[in-house]
Amino acid sequence: MPWDLDNDRPIYLQLMERIQQDIISGVYSPGDKLPSVRDLAVEAAVNPNTIQKALSELERSGLVYAQRTSGRFITEDEQMLREMKKEQASRHIHDFFEKMRSLGFRDEETLALIEEAVKEEQ
Amino acid sequence: MKPILECKGLSKKYNAAYYALANLNLSLEPGQIVGLLGPNGSGKTTLIKLINDLLIPTEGEVLVDGMRPGVETKKIVSYLPERTYLDPAMKIRDVISYFSDFYDDFSADKAGRMMQDLEINVNERMRALSKGTKEKVQLALVMSRDARLYILDEPIGGVDPAARDYILRTILTNYREDATILLSTHLITDIENILDRVLFLRQGQVVLNATVDEIRTDKGKSVDALFREVFRC
Repeated sequence: MPWDLDNDRPIYLQLMERIQQDIISGVYSPGDKLPSVRDLAVEAAVNPNTIQKALSELERSGLVYAQRTSGRFITEDEQMLREMKKEQASRHIHDFFEKMRSLGFRDEETLALIEEAVKEEQ
Repeated sequence: MKPILECKGLSKKYNAAYYALANLNLSLEPGQIVGLLGPNGSGKTTLIKLINDLLIPTEGEVLVDGMRPGVETKKIVSYLPERTYLDPAMKIRDVISYFSDFYDDFSADKAGRMMQDLEINVNERMRALSKGTKEKVQLALVMSRDARLYILDEPIGGVDPAARDYILRTILTNYREDATILLSTHLITDIENILDRVLFLRQGQVVLNATVDEIRTDKGKSVDALFREVFRC
């Protein structure tokens, strides 16, 4: 299955997000080897150069590291992985508040609604 | 890096008043998949035919790996024309051996495997095939060469969506990192994600030459959406 990508945002960014997501959700564990550029390109149905760019960017952020001959691996730096998780979480929260604001809720009202929802779930 | 394709002041006039290409300038680095996009009559096929030595420029020149189109360039260019040129009486297996004789860089094994994947019986004659199957055969042949430049004129126009996915996958798996693919199509959404770069052609000139992610970053929209805007009727 080709990866589900948006039409209006740069593809390499979405590939980065997708790989980050796969790390967070446990598809890849710390220290795991990533598939080759070509395999990822075929799986995602995207241009290999775009995958290359996404991986280079992930390397620059430190999330992924390259070993000269054996390929690319996920970092084993737990601290960094936790921070990435937190970053993703704050992005989701930010998006959510934006949506709630556009529905006309003030932030305090949104908070109250969340508390209510949490109680119901429990 | 030396460009694999260069057009300098390239013009093609079919009659006194009409320029199909008008002073087109273009230089493509190797190692990219490039989409050649433009409305009907914008000059896509004319450009492709000039690269393949099927037309002679009125002015200017085309260079493939630094050479004028001819025997030497045909050895390194694998070309899928708009329409088939294969003998309808031939069996697919014979076409495969015909290609083996013709091109040093052709892999009969690869072609055979692709026919199998596409569930095409190589004992069938060309004339017995549906339009879509014929297109698949032709594309499989063209992609079974180990060329430096692939030129595909509307490769996915006539085939069903499942075969389209297979073809795009074939392009991705078979393509060597230093090879270049130039493909024309109207089905932009289907191929947008596999392209490095797009060229918009309008009235015989390149009006846009940018990478897909540049377009998305700068304009915040897909190539397909940009095309619809630029070429709005």
